[in-house]
Amino acid sequence: MKRFSPIRIRLFVQILYTIVTNGYLYGFFNGKIYKGSLKYACVPGLNCYSCPGAIASCPLGALQAALNKRNFEVPFAVLGFFFVFGSIFGRFVCGWLCPFGLVQDLLHKIPLFRKKKQLPYHSVLKYGKYVVLFGLVVIGSSFLFTGFAKIPAFCKFLCPSGTLMGAIPLLSMDEQLRSQVGGLFYWKLGILIALVLLSIKVYRPFCQYFCPLGAIYGWFNRFSLVQIHWEKDTCISCMACQRACPVNLPPEKISVSVECIKCGQCVDVCPKRCLHFRK
Amino acid sequence: MKRKIPYWCIGVGLGVLLLVIGFQEEQFKDLYQKAVIICLECIGIG
Repeated sequence: MKRFSPIRIRLFVQILYTIVTNGYLYGFFNGKIYKGSLKYACVPGLNCYSCPGAIASCPLGALQAALNKRNFEVPFAVLGFFFVFGSIFGRFVCGWLCPFGLVQDLLHKIPLFRKKKQLPYHSVLKYGKYVVLFGLVVIGSSFLFTGFAKIPAFCKFLCPSGTLMGAIPLLSMDEQLRSQVGGLFYWKLGILIALVLLSIKVYRPFCQYFCPLGAIYGWFNRFSLVQIHWEKDTCISCMACQRACPVNLPPEKISVSVECIKCGQCVDVCPKRCLHFRK
Repeated sequence: MKRKIPYWCIGVGLGVLLLVIGFQEEQFKDLYQKAVIICLECIGIG
C-alpha cells in the first residue's frame, strides 16, 4: 500500500485554502473589501478582514471588536468559533490552513542564511504568544483607549497579517488612505520586515513566539480530533522525527504539545511508520 | 459497556452552544458590521 505523505500535499492545501479564503479578486483590483454575508463567519487562521480578498472574518479581529464594545459582554460567538475549530483541528490550523503560516513557510524555503529551528532562549521566548494574547488581545483591547473609543491593540500595534494582506494592497490602490500614512504604519511595516527577514532564517518566528491564535489553538492540541499518533511499541528511538520536526519536538510530545503545528514532517520521515495521522 | 464521549466532541458541542448563544445575542451582526468596513487600525493608519 502506498504510504500517505503529508508534506507532499500540505503546501498544496495551504495554497488552495489561502486562495479560497482570499478569493474576492475584485477587491485586489479596486481597493474595496468584500461585504457579502460570508463575513458573518470567521475563518480558522490569521487572515485580516481588511484584506481586499478576504471573504470571511479574522477570529482575532472579531474577538477584539467584541472586547472593544463600551459595555463588556462575553464574546460568545467568537469563543464558539474557537471551540469548534480548536476541538476539530487544534494547531493543525497553523500548520495547514493559516495564510500567514504559509507566508512564513515559503520565506523559510529561501536559500539564504543558515537555517535554525528556534531562537536562542526559546524556552522563555515561546511564552511570548501568551503575553501577546493576554497583554494585547484581552487586556489591551478591553482597557486601552484612543479618545473615547477602545482599540484593537493587537491589530493596531503588532499584527503583521494586517500589514501584509490589508495595508499593502489597500494603500497601493487608494490614494486617500495613502495620504493618512504616519508613524504607526511605519512601525507595523518595520515589524513585518523584521519578521520576513527572521522567517528566512528561523522557522515560523511569528507562530512560535508571538501568535495569540496559535496560543489559543495550542490549548486544544491534546484532545482535538486531528491527531498524530505515536506507537511507542514499534518506535526504535532513532529520533528521525525530532530531527525533521520544525519545532524540534521529541516523539512523545508530537501532537500533544502546545507547540506542535501537526505539519506531518515526522509522519513522513519515520522509518518504522510508528507516527501517523489518526484514521 | 458505556462508550466515553471524546473530548473533541464535547468541545465541538460547547462551541456550537456558544455560537447559538452568540446568535441569540445578535453578536454576529456586530461581527459582520466590523468586518465590512476597512479596519484602519489593522492597516496601520487608525
